[in-house]
Amino acid sequence: MGTQRYLLGKAGQAVLTLLFILTFNFFLFRILPGDPVRLLTKGTGQRLSVEEQAQLREELGLNQPLFPGQYLTYMGQTLRLDLGESSIVAPGQPVTSVFFEKLPKTLLLVATSTAASILFGVLLGIYGGWRRGSAGDLTGMTGSLVLYSIPEFVLGIMLLLLFAVTFQLFPTGGFESAVGDRTGIARALDIARHATLPWLTLTLAYIGEFVLVMRSSLLDVLGEEFIQLARAKGLREKWVLRRHAVRNALLPTVTLIALTFGFVLGGAITVELVFSYPGVGLMSFEALEGRDYALLQGTFLFFSIGVLIANLLADLIYAYVDPRVRTA
Amino acid sequence: MKVDEAPAAADAPVPPPIKSARQIRWVRRRKALGRIWATYRRNPLGMIGLVVLIFFVGVATYSVFMDKSQLQKTYVTEESIAPCTFATLPCPPSPNNPLGTDKDGRSVLALVIEGSRVSLMVGLTASVIAMVVGSAIGILAGYIGRWPDSVLMRFTDFFLVIPWLALAIVLASIFGQNLVVLIAIIGFTSWPGTARLVRAQTLSVREHLFVERSRALGASNSQVVLRHLLPNVMPVIFANTILTVAIAILSESSLSFLGLGDPRRITWGTMIDAAFDAGAISIGAWWWLMAPSLCIVLVVLAFTLCGYALDEIINPRMRER
Repeated sequence: MGTQRYLLGKAGQAVLTLLFILTFNFFLFRILPGDPVRLLTKGTGQRLSVEEQAQLREELGLNQPLFPGQYLTYMGQTLRLDLGESSIVAPGQPVTSVFFEKLPKTLLLVATSTAASILFGVLLGIYGGWRRGSAGDLTGMTGSLVLYSIPEFVLGIMLLLLFAVTFQLFPTGGFESAVGDRTGIARALDIARHATLPWLTLTLAYIGEFVLVMRSSLLDVLGEEFIQLARAKGLREKWVLRRHAVRNALLPTVTLIALTFGFVLGGAITVELVFSYPGVGLMSFEALEGRDYALLQGTFLFFSIGVLIANLLADLIYAYVDPRVRTA
Repeated sequence: MKVDEAPAAADAPVPPPIKSARQIRWVRRRKALGRIWATYRRNPLGMIGLVVLIFFVGVATYSVFMDKSQLQKTYVTEESIAPCTFATLPCPPSPNNPLGTDKDGRSVLALVIEGSRVSLMVGLTASVIAMVVGSAIGILAGYIGRWPDSVLMRFTDFFLVIPWLALAIVLASIFGQNLVVLIAIIGFTSWPGTARLVRAQTLSVREHLFVERSRALGASNSQVVLRHLLPNVMPVIFANTILTVAIAILSESSLSFLGLGDPRRITWGTMIDAAFDAGAISIGAWWWLMAPSLCIVLVVLAFTLCGYALDEIINPRMRER
């Protein structure tokens, strides 16, 4: 029972936050300096007549009062995933379809690299906390702090210089080779080869945080009395670590995962730019360069929803890991 | 500060060396600071961070007095870029230009020195904004409690989940590219962590007896907040702000790399952006990319080390991340 109420509460919060984000997005769009119609058509090269402008204004609902007219129109359109049309990056195409066409490539990169950095980060953190002060712990700590201090794109540039330019082990960018019609496994391998460096960059960029958090939270837990009790009962050290310490120490890490996801998406923008990897990150950079406002707004909205979903997932995991949620 | 404020009734039959409350407070604070420093000195990583920071503050100070003409493209001559020629720019490190040159033949060393000032300034100012906003919201939420607390924390959570770089891009594209906008964007997107930490700390300080006592003596809300809560939460805020500076400098570099920096200012981020745009990677001009990159990493690492060291002293158990 406890779990259900907890999850319902969390879902309610997420809906509230989503409303907040939508409202925020609405006002962000309205505070744009200048006439929205001119901004939307800017750079497309088309000159609209007065009538056409009036018609576009009608379509966008701009001749209605800000509230409730425009606001409700906006909300209705957004809920139907109608986010307007891209003006520069993919002229005339709906923002939603442009975004979802690019999304799988980014998802491939972000999901696998996040999973890897969580896995290795948590394992390294456990090792460091367990063998505190050992040479391995110190190396891990130093490495984590350095990795934490490197901006994602700098790490990407370094890897690119080293492995693609100097040693030429990997291609310098793109999603797959332009020449040669590969199919099946050959194509998959080609894509994997292209994704390796950006994947490595994103993995290394966030591994440090997980190591540091896991380590310090394990150290916190190891100082608790129930650990002493477990040891006093004569349990084996490995058992104490696995069943008693790590389970409890995982909780702060789960919270961090959700929070980090927002940063990973940001990191994907710069890293995709470095490797000219054609996902949503590179697309949002192009939208920024061309001042494609509708696409920028849409990207921001979808990114926010992505982080919200990640947060809900983290809450789910939390409910599973922390028995107190179930009984509360 | 009036330190030697003796009691008005000096001839009263009380022991004369009674100090004013303010004086006692300052003596205590100085002692506390001394204790913190004594502990800090024993933390090797913290000391390394501090030394690196002092070095970069020195560099930034030097940049104020540096000959700015060498940052102009017109300054570049055949001699200044020897042994390279105008055809072979960017020039790798040489005795003339110890860190090499950029594509215009300007010394990367001079650019990096000039960039240190603006990069540090953006990081520090943005962190101060984040500190003020975060502390204000955190203290208010923690002190008032009840529904204002819930509302403020919802608001904080909202900012916490927002993908900051996507938001920053939207904001920067709307408000234009200059230093003030950049600082404001970074400042107003990095306060939620501080707010949560300060709220937690306020909740615990609020329960202390001296708060209740001062309220019983008739202290107003603002007196309690300013005289009791703020001074006791301050150390936590300070340590957190040092860590925020590191993140703010990282944020500045990301935004500048995306071309959202102030085009009239040189920062480490805009240097990397310029080098990247000029194709420094494909021509293998590693020095042009690595010099500013290394500076960013060193400064961020230094701030992080200092922040962790302070945090360990001030609040060993409150760490959230």
